[in-house]
Amino acid sequence: MSLSKLFRFRHGFAVPLAELPQLDYAQFSESLLADVAADARVACYFGRPLPKGLELYAILAHDWKGELALLRTKVDHSIPSLTPQCPQLHLFERELAEQYGVRPEGHPWLKPVRFHKSWIDTADLWGRPPGVHPIPGDMEFYRVEGEEVHEVAVGPVHAGVIEPGHFRFQCHGEEVMHLEISLGYQHRGIEQLLSGGPHPAGIYQLETTAGDTSIGHATAYCQLLESLAGNEPPVRAQAIRAIALELERLANHVGDIGALAGDVGFLPTASFCGRLRGDYLNLTAELCGSRFGRGLVRPGGLGFDLDGALPQTIADRLSALERDTRGAIDLCFDTPSVLARFEGTGTVSTDDAEALGLVGVAARACGLVRDARLHHPFGAWEEGFDTPVIEVDGDVFARGNVRRREIYASLALIKKLLKRLPEGPVRSPLGPLAGDSLAVSFCEGWRGEVVHAALTDATGRIARYKIVDPSFHNWSGLAMALRGQQISDFPLCNKSFNLSYCGFDL
Amino acid sequence: MLTIIRERMRQGHRTSKFPKVAPQLPERFRGLPLLARDLAPQTYEAAVTGCPFAALSMNGEQLRIDLGRCLFCADCPAVELGALSFSNDYRLSASRRDDLRLTDATYRLADKLNERMLKLFGRSLKLRQVSAGGCNACEADLNVLGTLVFDLGRFGIQFVASPRHADGILVTGPVTENMQSALLDTYAAIPEPKLVIASGACAIGGGPFCSSTEAHQGIGDLLPVDLYIPGCPPHPYTALDGLLRLLGRI
Repeated sequence: MSLSKLFRFRHGFAVPLAELPQLDYAQFSESLLADVAADARVACYFGRPLPKGLELYAILAHDWKGELALLRTKVDHSIPSLTPQCPQLHLFERELAEQYGVRPEGHPWLKPVRFHKSWIDTADLWGRPPGVHPIPGDMEFYRVEGEEVHEVAVGPVHAGVIEPGHFRFQCHGEEVMHLEISLGYQHRGIEQLLSGGPHPAGIYQLETTAGDTSIGHATAYCQLLESLAGNEPPVRAQAIRAIALELERLANHVGDIGALAGDVGFLPTASFCGRLRGDYLNLTAELCGSRFGRGLVRPGGLGFDLDGALPQTIADRLSALERDTRGAIDLCFDTPSVLARFEGTGTVSTDDAEALGLVGVAARACGLVRDARLHHPFGAWEEGFDTPVIEVDGDVFARGNVRRREIYASLALIKKLLKRLPEGPVRSPLGPLAGDSLAVSFCEGWRGEVVHAALTDATGRIARYKIVDPSFHNWSGLAMALRGQQISDFPLCNKSFNLSYCGFDL
Repeated sequence: MLTIIRERMRQGHRTSKFPKVAPQLPERFRGLPLLARDLAPQTYEAAVTGCPFAALSMNGEQLRIDLGRCLFCADCPAVELGALSFSNDYRLSASRRDDLRLTDATYRLADKLNERMLKLFGRSLKLRQVSAGGCNACEADLNVLGTLVFDLGRFGIQFVASPRHADGILVTGPVTENMQSALLDTYAAIPEPKLVIASGACAIGGGPFCSSTEAHQGIGDLLPVDLYIPGCPPHPYTALDGLLRLLGRI
């Protein structure tokens, strides 16, 4: 039986910690597994150190109820691992082991996640020398033995202008039997930097958590602070945040389709989309001066208004861009040789996607209806978003086609939002944060749901800040997609996910 | 095939005329800061302490800004105090770390390479890019230089896949602990003589992560830098302007 407490998180809502029962670990794990067996998935799971031991929090998303189940418990140095029964917890438990030295007993894949020193004074679970910074990639990789089996190691430095990560393939000839991904090279210690805040530098660190998702992470952060302060930003600000979020989605999705076309050697779409991506970024720059939306979303509202002639300028430029975008994209999706490369490549089954807890584009391409704008809406999304884009095949084509259809949906959404832009101010002052509380915020960034959670101490300072970028769930999906594929299809599969290294590494 | 050709005609020619024609940047774009002079000492003091990234300091009785640390924040406390304002000037690259410290209206932009280096690289410069903790904004806006709008190739500049093929390294990110050795290895793999370019506030001075214990506050003394490109992230035209100055094309 589940003892979890269900809450509907909205702008301006935080839970006083006193309202959350302190379960023992047996009750905690039983409730977690019961919820996940019913219809929930793990959106966030993190620890907070106590003077003695560790407090554990689980945030489970009941998508169709639009509610979140909260669980908390206290643990010591070791817990029975829940990963064997609930695979989507695998990285969360590894994270806990790395940060606080808590050993999840029976974890089938207990390896470091980001290769940093533990956050508290505790014994290193992997027996690495104390006082020395761990070496990234220093772990036991899964290995397939056999006469004709070979191993391919790629990275951390890759061939393109791209972030670093290490990929280890176990191959038989061209065929990949297993891919293991080892990250952590981009780790900047963001969650640690945010504790004790809110600091003046905080918003800038969130805007650069994953620089291509500046609007997504900044919005999640601001929603969280606004929830803890118990106030809602003006409606006009909420609408403009939604517009900016869709512009970010447009730029990235258009760029991704261009990159997919480039990876199968279809150059017209690759070069048109490369240019169009920049044009969408330039629209965001019209709004706030930065192509990535830096400085736009601020606690309490916005740093810039969409005023004067700007709404009209953006609407006009979008119409022209829409014509070019449709032309460029349809060209690629109407070409049989392109489709032949996309279809059936890098397939992830719906069952695997569900077991791994995939989110965003990768989940929607596997037939899973997961979209925070629909299930856990904040701000302007609360008054209606009912068109998540779903494909069922789980292959490169499905991930590409989700993007294509989302591009058209975003264009329609922005037009609608621009037409009905509410009047009024764009910023209201943020009050002090509630003490001893927990707040959770969701934002459907272009890759998928960005989840932020924060605990405050008695004085209203941030005691623990937890960030879950969609890439945290989805890198495992890429590893699954490669099984049985030709290794030469890795770039195409990788591009179809286009995950964030720094969003994962934090 | 006909559809492709028709679409190609419709999309038209989009390559910019840069550097012959200056680019039109958005009105709200924040470029080279202009410092207000002779304000009250308290105003300057508030501006200096207000910057979360220590980009401002005092130079005698006047204000000094370090463009290597400045993120060109939209809500810069010094702007609110009237101590500085951002112009629309995207030209920001410099050759020396000291040149990034701006005290008056004269900002010394990047110099061209010396005769010998120009002879080697002036018409063909191949760069290896390494992201050492970059957030993918700097990387994305460098990738953009390869698109048909900027068409980096027409200047003989290209990003290559291997350090062995490169004439220099372009670094982004604050140099995380976990990337330091990979960065140094990549640099070592480039044949001599070689260039180092630090692009973005992170690579120059740590950017938003200057106080992180997991990062090195940028390249610092790890590598000898030939070109600094400020910004968070630098606008593609800022980066292109810097590269062309280095090659003596502007």
